[in-house]
Amino acid sequence: MAMLMLFRRNSETARLNQELEFHLEQQIAENIESGMEPEEARLAALRLFGNPTLLREEARSSWSWNWLDGLWRDLRYGARTLLRTPAFSFIAILVMALGIGATTSLFTIVRSVLLRPLPFRDPDKLVMLYEHFRQTQFPYNVVSPADFRDWRAQTHGFEDMGAWRWWAGHISTMQGEMPEVVTGAGGSWNLFSVLGVQPVFGRTFTPDEDRFGANDVVMLTWSLFQSRFSGDKSIVGKQVRIDSKPYTVVGVLPAWFTYPDPEVKVWIPHTPVFTPEEFRPDNHWSYVIARLKDKQSGTAALKEVSALQYQIHMQNLGKPVAEDVVMRPMIEDVVQDAKTPLIVLMAAVGCMLLIACLNVSNLLVARGAARRKEVAIRGALGGSRWKLIQEQMTESLLIAMAGGALGWGLSVLATKWLATHWSDLPRADAIRVDGSVSAFAVAIVLLTALLAGLVPAISSTGKSLLGALQDSARSIGGSVSRAALRKALLTAEIALTVVLLISAGLLFKSFIHLRTSDLGCVTDNVLTMRYGLPVKKYDTPEKVLAFHEALLARVRSLPGVKAAGLISRAPGAGHESDSVFTIPEHPAQGPSMELDALTRKADPGYFSALGIPLLGGRVFDEQDTLGRTHHVIISRKFAQQFFRGEDPVGKHVKIAFSNNQEVYEIIGVVGDTISEIGQPIKATIYRSILNGDPLLDSVATMVVRAAVEPLSLAMPIQKQISALDSEMPTYKVRTMQQIVGEATASQSFSASLVLAFALLSLMLAAVGLYGVLSYLVTQRVSEIGIRMALGAQRSEVLRLVLVDGMRPVLIGLVIGLAGGAGAGMLIKSILYGTRPLDPLVFATMVVSLGLTAAIASAIPALRACRIEPTQALRAE
Amino acid sequence: MGKPSDLVQGTLDLLILKTLSLEPKHGWAIAKRIQQISNEVLQVQQGSLYPALHRLEQQGWIRAKWNESETGRQAKFYSLTAGGRSQLEKEKESWKRLSAAIDVVIDSL
Repeated sequence: MAMLMLFRRNSETARLNQELEFHLEQQIAENIESGMEPEEARLAALRLFGNPTLLREEARSSWSWNWLDGLWRDLRYGARTLLRTPAFSFIAILVMALGIGATTSLFTIVRSVLLRPLPFRDPDKLVMLYEHFRQTQFPYNVVSPADFRDWRAQTHGFEDMGAWRWWAGHISTMQGEMPEVVTGAGGSWNLFSVLGVQPVFGRTFTPDEDRFGANDVVMLTWSLFQSRFSGDKSIVGKQVRIDSKPYTVVGVLPAWFTYPDPEVKVWIPHTPVFTPEEFRPDNHWSYVIARLKDKQSGTAALKEVSALQYQIHMQNLGKPVAEDVVMRPMIEDVVQDAKTPLIVLMAAVGCMLLIACLNVSNLLVARGAARRKEVAIRGALGGSRWKLIQEQMTESLLIAMAGGALGWGLSVLATKWLATHWSDLPRADAIRVDGSVSAFAVAIVLLTALLAGLVPAISSTGKSLLGALQDSARSIGGSVSRAALRKALLTAEIALTVVLLISAGLLFKSFIHLRTSDLGCVTDNVLTMRYGLPVKKYDTPEKVLAFHEALLARVRSLPGVKAAGLISRAPGAGHESDSVFTIPEHPAQGPSMELDALTRKADPGYFSALGIPLLGGRVFDEQDTLGRTHHVIISRKFAQQFFRGEDPVGKHVKIAFSNNQEVYEIIGVVGDTISEIGQPIKATIYRSILNGDPLLDSVATMVVRAAVEPLSLAMPIQKQISALDSEMPTYKVRTMQQIVGEATASQSFSASLVLAFALLSLMLAAVGLYGVLSYLVTQRVSEIGIRMALGAQRSEVLRLVLVDGMRPVLIGLVIGLAGGAGAGMLIKSILYGTRPLDPLVFATMVVSLGLTAAIASAIPALRACRIEPTQALRAE
Repeated sequence: MGKPSDLVQGTLDLLILKTLSLEPKHGWAIAKRIQQISNEVLQVQQGSLYPALHRLEQQGWIRAKWNESETGRQAKFYSLTAGGRSQLEKEKESWKRLSAAIDVVIDSL
């Protein structure tokens, strides 16, 4: 019966009419019998019958599925009303689509990167362990492989712990094929079982393979397995050549396994990455992942490891061996740098969505005003207030749904774009739309419909019927309360816009600071390119020196090359390594972490090639090769920090570039360069790369100052390299400008996105302001006409309207400035060279908002002062 | 004078079911019958009669059939279903309990 009612509504309606008609006829017949005239009998029957429409409605309301009927009617009605004003509907839907689309996109990313658990077994139980030096600010120091070995052997609080380290920049040439540089990692044999990862083919490492002198074995990641070996699983058990050494392939990792970075293409066992001498407690290299026995056991287990570390520290006093061990959940470790910018972006799109809602709400209030009479008449004819609110809500629901559908499409595209263009975003490969994202989108649509529709719907139906019907068109001053509502919405909109503008301004200024931060060297027309000499082939200092020198000579003679030099890592390209040292001339101090400097290796031509000034002494010369001399060059910061008021040239430094500390003489002081953009200048010490130590000096970055477009030199230089050694690949071919760009890409990204959201919001606010003022002017045409007829000047009318428009702007501005200051404090940690209360940013944003507001209100104000009093008064 | 004796809330269903327990009737006849039996005391308004009939039909207590009326015109005749019959008994019971209780209260004061 109930289901049938769903499909037989039309015939049922006809029958209901028939039934009621029959009743009426019976009544008429009875009236005639009692002696009335037929016409009189009919009227009497109708009077008795009452409101037939209402009766029909009530009878129908007892049918099942009636709510669906009502919803369908509301939807039809809403769609018709929206189609009658296509311009309004188009703008409203577009505004909603932008807001909903941006919010859904960001949520997709936040959900995938921050919220979804890591793809490992019981990921909640995985933690990362780090060494912690009590003297330093940064709590998470990578772990010495020797410490890891002791922790694992001597403590039992964790279920198990594994370790891995970068094996970056190592060169891999596969036999008979093109040389290729792959990034690798060295993982302890149990790392994959700690994570709960099973190889697709073959096996993981055995304990026997994870020790010094073991046979060389390698596991391939899925991407290399596909790209290099076209997914041929017979590669398992065969040998590939890496760094001129044969490695046996033991297994292939699954496609989803991209930890710690999709760049990692090969895994080898952890221990063989080191030399036995490098297994020292003061040699920090490894990342340690531990699995908790259960969630409560973490603190106790950590305490045990930390106590052991303190013993190791006490046994190695005077060396950089940390006192404590700290721990953090693995998911936090993976997303660390992305978290704050993502939350900031999410908050920014949230603000934008709110502004979009307020704007649509504002537009709906304006429409509500125009339809006040219609609503009042329908109320008088028996439409209940609830019914009328429901109907208006359906309209905003339709707008939100259309906007949501459009926004969903936009967001799919935007998410794809964001995931591919946001470099340094961890877990970017995990980004996808899932159930909770869809649920989020639906919830957002309903929420926006409610936010945008409720205020206008309640306000436009609230007025007493009589009042609305009596409101004549001549009502001077118009509906004050509705204008107040719109102004309040506008104030909120402007306040939010100001908050967004200020945050965007701060982020953008930080980015500009980073982008233009002085690296301490020439960055225009400089090409950099890395190469590494395989230790197996270039096993003596003479061979390494011969290659470096021959290459420098060839490159320097190329046309278009002004200067060339070698450095172990270019400025701005990141941290390389650091070392503690002592100064023999200074009175002996206790063990201290204070004497620590970055170590680099350079050739004599490097400093002049990059325009790094020589501040004292001299640079290296031809004597400083093959370990014949013990000379170093220090940076200005080094001199200031450790030789205050002394001349450092001729003094000595006892420092370890490789495993043992040796005494070096300082022969020169050069200007500072920055190793990591955004980080403060650090004391740096240079050794000659032409010493040619096969372990220290075989990986080099060639820097070339060009007289021509620098990238055009890449091919000629690579040709020179392969002329010297045809198996030698080059990698990271970049200009200095590109290095700076890559280092600031993430900041550039978040700053540009927030700025885009802020500008969009500014536009929305301008549209809102324009809308409110136009509406007010239309409402007050007759009032203005009367004022002018009584002698008001046009300038006064202009002032009147402008003041009216600027009041909500000013109030919003004040609220927004306070909010912006708060937001600035919240994002303090990602600001660089900018204070949260940066006056320049605040001033710029206030001026740009003021200008936009002035333009948006000028148009209606000008229209108001052009009103002809005679016409305005006649128009009534 | 107010409306002529508004029916006590909920009793209309009972009256309709009782009226239909003898023979099928159309809406007009139901209203007339209630009016006659109660000596014109109970006036059933169309505004409540038809919604009530449709509600009872939805609940499955009465069923409708199109038949020729005594004047030879098509009319919708309602008749009691088995479910309606037991519902009538239930409603009668509860009405008796209710009115008896009201009587006691009124008489005791």
